[in-house]
Amino acid sequence: MADGLSEGVSERVPKGVPPEGEWSRPPLWEGLRAYGLIIAMWIRSTMAYRASFAMTAFGNFAATAFDFVAILLMFSHVDRLGGYSLPEVAFLYGAAGAAFGLADLTFGSMDRLGRRVRDGTLDTLLVRPAPVLAQVAGDRFALRRLGRITQGLLVLGYALVTLDIAWTPLKVAMLPMMILSGAAIFASVFVAGGAFQFWALDAAEVQNSFTYGGTTLLQYPPTVFAKDLVRGVTFVVPLAFVNWIPALYVMDREDPLGLPDWAAFLPPVVAVGCCALAGLAWRVGLRAYRSTGS
Amino acid sequence: MRLYAVVAAGGFRRYATYRTATAAGVFTNTVFGFIVAYTYTALWEQRPQLGGYDLSQAVTYVWLGQSLLMTCAMMGGGFEDELMDRIRTGDVAIDLYRPADLQLWWLASDLGRAAFHLLGRGIVPMALGGLVFDLTLPGNPLVWLAFLFSVFLGVLVSFAVRFLVALSAFWLLDGAGVGQITFLAGMFFSGMLLPLTLFPGLLGEVARVLPWSSLLQVPADVFLGRHTGWGLVGAFAFQAGWALALLALGRLLQSVATRRVVVQGG
Repeated sequence: MADGLSEGVSERVPKGVPPEGEWSRPPLWEGLRAYGLIIAMWIRSTMAYRASFAMTAFGNFAATAFDFVAILLMFSHVDRLGGYSLPEVAFLYGAAGAAFGLADLTFGSMDRLGRRVRDGTLDTLLVRPAPVLAQVAGDRFALRRLGRITQGLLVLGYALVTLDIAWTPLKVAMLPMMILSGAAIFASVFVAGGAFQFWALDAAEVQNSFTYGGTTLLQYPPTVFAKDLVRGVTFVVPLAFVNWIPALYVMDREDPLGLPDWAAFLPPVVAVGCCALAGLAWRVGLRAYRSTGS
Repeated sequence: MRLYAVVAAGGFRRYATYRTATAAGVFTNTVFGFIVAYTYTALWEQRPQLGGYDLSQAVTYVWLGQSLLMTCAMMGGGFEDELMDRIRTGDVAIDLYRPADLQLWWLASDLGRAAFHLLGRGIVPMALGGLVFDLTLPGNPLVWLAFLFSVFLGVLVSFAVRFLVALSAFWLLDGAGVGQITFLAGMFFSGMLLPLTLFPGLLGEVARVLPWSSLLQVPADVFLGRHTGWGLVGAFAFQAGWALALLALGRLLQSVATRRVVVQGG
């Protein structure tokens, strides 16, 4: 109070508007800060009902665990699937699951965008002084999705214990690199899918083909699928860089498309490229937004 | 009767309104169908005749699963979310006040929805799958009829289970947990993840007699001609038995709920 009185009236700014200078901070930093505030709020709200959180997190864990149970049941009838043993499939599964889980946790709310466009509540986000992408991504942040990440990491742990890998420092470094780059690739799919909903409105389900469908695809060895399908997810929607290409390198496996060894080190590059394209798509989509006017 | 026919037609039209959403759903069903069909191909190429299916039958099973996923609401969703919401907010009081039976009203609307999903989301993915994979389609028109009847019974069982789930909201208020358990049971025990004939030992025996096998496993086996003659009658009896038992249980729960529970809201 005393400070406020000593300052000149002309220097006082209305409550809620940041002082000058804060606007000039880099937009990425501003976005992260807003995102952090929003998810902190949702986590507080989730933790108000701890029992409900524990149950839904367990449910999230169990729902994905059933996918792996199906794979276990398959392996109760065969020793190899597409030429791959159970630990090898578990390695692919765990890496894809953990990467997708991270992206789902941080950007999984993007599929609610279509609804917000339809009912006009997106307008509320546009007038707030924070990047829209951060607000949409943080909307109803679902901490229960930790269940999926945990499940993926457990399967990955099982694979690492049972697999006989000739470890080198490069291969060890490959593990965190592939999960983080994979998460970034899936996150850009979520963002691009969100951008698509500015036009498609209620076609949110198409996005599921690339997100949930993508992770289901990556859980199995590439040798199972038709060559054209593998080419499509390598060169068109580069999901193969999430786990297939780096994991084949770690396991010393031939790439079915005959890509050179150095392709295994490309995931971070691919991830940056995907994020740039998704960011561009998001901007174009947001510009094209016309409010329902209601 | 006329009233319920109108409600069913309304259910059909309601889902038919969202054409882009339907197209998006068909796209997703097709993508998943392709992914799963390739994994089954890898499995059956190593173990022909696994679970009593040959490769073509196994792939047909995958596409039937994609076609019936929405029709039999294996993942849940649809009317029960709405009914649970109405129970939570107290709007259900208005439903009980209407000169129509609560269970029959929602059953009629769900049958309308299922009919639309069978036509709108069932046919196209299967046709697209048929372009790439060698599917086993019944030559006998009677088998098609038997299949449709089996799907109808499957929808009845699915409705009966979801009605029980929805009514649980009278006591629990928040149905998220029960809904999640039904989702898991629906995916796993319907045979959507893997045909129940591949489940080993006791797990397989239990899975095959649970109500969820009526949603996919039984209709798919009828389609693939694995139930004929008295076996077919037995399959129908199995589905109809579960449908009647669960619908009766729903009716009982409904009367308990409406008599004992104080409706929320002001």
